[in-house]
Amino acid sequence: MATVIVVTSGKGGVGKTTTSASFATGLAQRGYRTAVIDFDVGLRNLDLIMGCERRVVYDFINVINNEANLNQALIRDKRVENLYILPASQTRDKEALTKEGVEKILHELKQSFDYIVCDSPAGIERGALMSLYFADEALVVTNPEVSSVRDSDRILGILASRSRRAEQGDEPVKEHLVLARYAPERADRGDMLGVDDVLEILGISLLGVIPESPTVLQSSNAGVPVILEEGSDAGAAYSDLVDRFLGKDLPHRFLVTQKKGFLKRLFGGN
Amino acid sequence: MGIFDYFRSPPSKSAALAKERLQIIVAHERGSRRSSPDYLPVLKKELLEVVRKYVPIDQSQVKVHLDREGDCEILELNITLPDEEQRLGQR
Repeated sequence: MATVIVVTSGKGGVGKTTTSASFATGLAQRGYRTAVIDFDVGLRNLDLIMGCERRVVYDFINVINNEANLNQALIRDKRVENLYILPASQTRDKEALTKEGVEKILHELKQSFDYIVCDSPAGIERGALMSLYFADEALVVTNPEVSSVRDSDRILGILASRSRRAEQGDEPVKEHLVLARYAPERADRGDMLGVDDVLEILGISLLGVIPESPTVLQSSNAGVPVILEEGSDAGAAYSDLVDRFLGKDLPHRFLVTQKKGFLKRLFGGN
Repeated sequence: MGIFDYFRSPPSKSAALAKERLQIIVAHERGSRRSSPDYLPVLKKELLEVVRKYVPIDQSQVKVHLDREGDCEILELNITLPDEEQRLGQR
């Protein structure tokens, strides 16, 4: 049976789409048939981050409205086998995203996929609620910053009360923390919330820490999920995260300040 | 970090302040999420009294439950009436 995973956060701009793209790519790289769905109706961006924006013909809402079938709308990734993208609609109104419609599509995807990754829009409106309603597990993306942590806590409350699992009294949605844009040297200096601080406040298990890295922007410029940038910190962190999700017991990296050389310390630079 | 950073003012430790503020606001918001309205116990007691005028029941046979669905709150009331024999026996 396929597992439905929502990537959510409440707050915008914390790295949901970056995480969805890399997480789905990582699962597919490891041989699992994976579909990643953009739930941000009206503001689709997953296609751009995955580098398939020019191949979008039909979208999520077309399939809900029976204007296209699922196979027509799913975009097969050109780099990684087993990976498919279902883009959000760019123009239609959000009311089209119905619970019945989403359920129908997820049901159909479950027949042929191992993992279905739902990229939530920011906020707690319909798109966000629909993306988490059918979830079995959740990646809660948080930045070490007050507004992001507060919004994540709010989202945890919604997962616990308004998901289908909560409504039906099933086992609750399994929650994982993804702490993104972490800068260990700033945390060491006391200028940024540390990993332990965020964990203590939110009280969920840590799946991965993604260090603040210029590679994230560079790879989004190129439309390549950052997990494919194997030499980069952020790419390696996402790769570890996927392995941990699949049950490997890996220590967390990138939690301590990287030692800089004498000249770099003297003259600055990263 | 360049050479001039060594002459900067000492670090502010603003992260500790962030943590403290977050702990307070998060605890507060979690509290208000879970609590039910304070009139619920009184409502239950009064309902019990009204029903008792006609049917003998006790506290455990009235269940009052408040649920939220979107912006809408649903008050669910469940009263278990005793079966016929019990009622006749008490008459």
